[in-house]
Amino acid sequence: MSTFEFLMQGVVVAMQPMNLLYALIGVTLGTAVGVLPGIGPALTVALLLPVTYQLDPAGSLIMFAGIYYGGMYGGSTTSILLNTPGESASIVTALEGNKMARAGRGGPALATAAIGSFVAGLIATVGLAFIAPYIVKLALVFGPCEYFALMVLAFITVSSAFGDSTLRGLTSLFIGLALSLIGIDQLTGQTRLAFGVPDLLDGVEVTTLAVAMFAIGETLFIAAHGSFGPDKVEAVKGSIWMSANDWARSWKPWLRGTAIGFPIGAMPAGGAEIGTFLSYATEKRLTKHPEEFGNGAIEGVAGPEAANNASAAGTLVPLLTLGLPTTATAAIMLAGFQQYGLQPGPLLFATNPQLVWGLIASLLIANFMLLVLNLPLIGLWVRLLTIPKPWLYAGILVFATLGTIGANPSVFELGMLLAFGVMGYIMRVLGYPIAPVVVGLILGPLAEQQLRRALAISQGDFTVLFTSPIAAVLLAIAALALIVPLILRARGRGEVLSQMAANED
Amino acid sequence: MSQEPLIKAEQRRPDWAALVIAAILIAIAGVIFFDAARLREVTGYSPVGPATVPHWIAIGLVLLAIWTIIAAFRGDFPEREKQEIKPVVWVIGGLAAQMLLLNTAGFSIATGILFAATAAGFGKRKIWFSLPIGIVLCLVVWLIFAGLLQLSLPAGPLERLFQ
Repeated sequence: MSTFEFLMQGVVVAMQPMNLLYALIGVTLGTAVGVLPGIGPALTVALLLPVTYQLDPAGSLIMFAGIYYGGMYGGSTTSILLNTPGESASIVTALEGNKMARAGRGGPALATAAIGSFVAGLIATVGLAFIAPYIVKLALVFGPCEYFALMVLAFITVSSAFGDSTLRGLTSLFIGLALSLIGIDQLTGQTRLAFGVPDLLDGVEVTTLAVAMFAIGETLFIAAHGSFGPDKVEAVKGSIWMSANDWARSWKPWLRGTAIGFPIGAMPAGGAEIGTFLSYATEKRLTKHPEEFGNGAIEGVAGPEAANNASAAGTLVPLLTLGLPTTATAAIMLAGFQQYGLQPGPLLFATNPQLVWGLIASLLIANFMLLVLNLPLIGLWVRLLTIPKPWLYAGILVFATLGTIGANPSVFELGMLLAFGVMGYIMRVLGYPIAPVVVGLILGPLAEQQLRRALAISQGDFTVLFTSPIAAVLLAIAALALIVPLILRARGRGEVLSQMAANED
Repeated sequence: MSQEPLIKAEQRRPDWAALVIAAILIAIAGVIFFDAARLREVTGYSPVGPATVPHWIAIGLVLLAIWTIIAAFRGDFPEREKQEIKPVVWVIGGLAAQMLLLNTAGFSIATGILFAATAAGFGKRKIWFSLPIGIVLCLVVWLIFAGLLQLSLPAGPLERLFQ
């Protein structure tokens, strides 16, 4: 069957009334949570994961798709109306978007972000549908060596290629890897680092770690700042619709942003946020209104927002086809799949095509729903933004612990939540990135499994890792991704890299 | 006045927090080595058994600890902002109280206390006002999630009224 037929089948699955309802609930919850200041897509997905526990796999993944896209939309609203660049992908949107809102052009800024996200999401999701089968074919020739090399590359790019310090990125990664050892060894069945505690036999839950580090760590970090005055929310004055001139200035940046964001997100390496920076730089160079940049240029919102959404859809390419999460959000989504005993990868396309294509189709549907929901409901989202901080963070913690209690109502699990939350806080204070811990935790066991398989096949010959041409090239790229930033930083050119840091929370 | 930055730089060298991190990394590595020593090596065809990867990770942690110590002495860590301890204690206290009370007092009361403690940490100190709000909110959450979505949230005296 051709991709188109598969996709049509997926649309049929996604259009079932119950699945449409799940998608609608997903986008609404996703936007509502994503709009809250300080909550990025990764945390939105982690917080809302328990809501989907009781559904069947197809329904819950469809709701998930809605939550993911909704969280992305919500984040852009926050950065336009509230200048809180907590999430790096939104820093760029906040640059011009917040200036536009202050100049009373918040409506068009939100509109161009929403429509740009829609256009980008549409093109990128279709791109995902058409590229995925080819990568699946490619992935089928991958053996354990190649998978291991691919994961090493992802480890390096997520932890040390971007951000402001190779040392701290790698330290975060190794903390995640150390945590991933806890539990039963998958190949020999022996317990490792469980110390006889039954709760540890299943290992550390990715969602527990992510919620603890993102939600509790962030709450403690904000609390420790000590100033709880209200942030200034820009009112949306005037028309929320874009003028003909706005349209004329927006459509090209949307398309360029998509073209930049999607390939970057689709690469099996981390740092998906680079696309927004590249798009911003491109628009700044190509604009006919250079004087407006820095004072609220609509191109500076349209391009990066499109790039952001396109690369978010792009990260689903390695996630679905290779089972390789390259961002914290993708890592949590992988945990969501594993909840149902599904391992994303080439085999999932063969064994469960209805589910995969239903998911891809529901991304398209979620995208449409968001366009319809977002602009009319903007007043509601603004209302959410003005919740005072004490109630906001109290509520965030209620929901953060609710997820953990719902998954496993044990005192031990809550203790881990608290311990990792404190760890996340300390790491934030000392400038350690959070995403590598999450990615290390989920990818560590998979990488170990592939490595041990590769070495079992080669009867213990380590050179097998370098004699496969694909694996050798991937490892060489990984080595470059480790060494080049080190040299750049040593020469004092590190600022560019730290700006590109994938800091999603 | 102009000497202040100099003094600061002197004080920050060595960076004690970074040294503590290095010590923690070495401690984690030690625990991994200790645990891996206990594992039976079922090697089969491959010299790579269940203890190999833990060894690598532990060695990596030791190397990172050494690197951290060097960075601490060179003052490579970024400037840290001053942290207020009191709000942090409120929030951690709330989480601890929730953890300890959850199974006896039930979800609503335990989580309501967390809610009030967090709000207190962020400056809303009127517990007599925020605690009832928190408990009612959590009861609503309980009714939705335990009732409609069938999550197993622990029930206490309050929740039993609705069962």
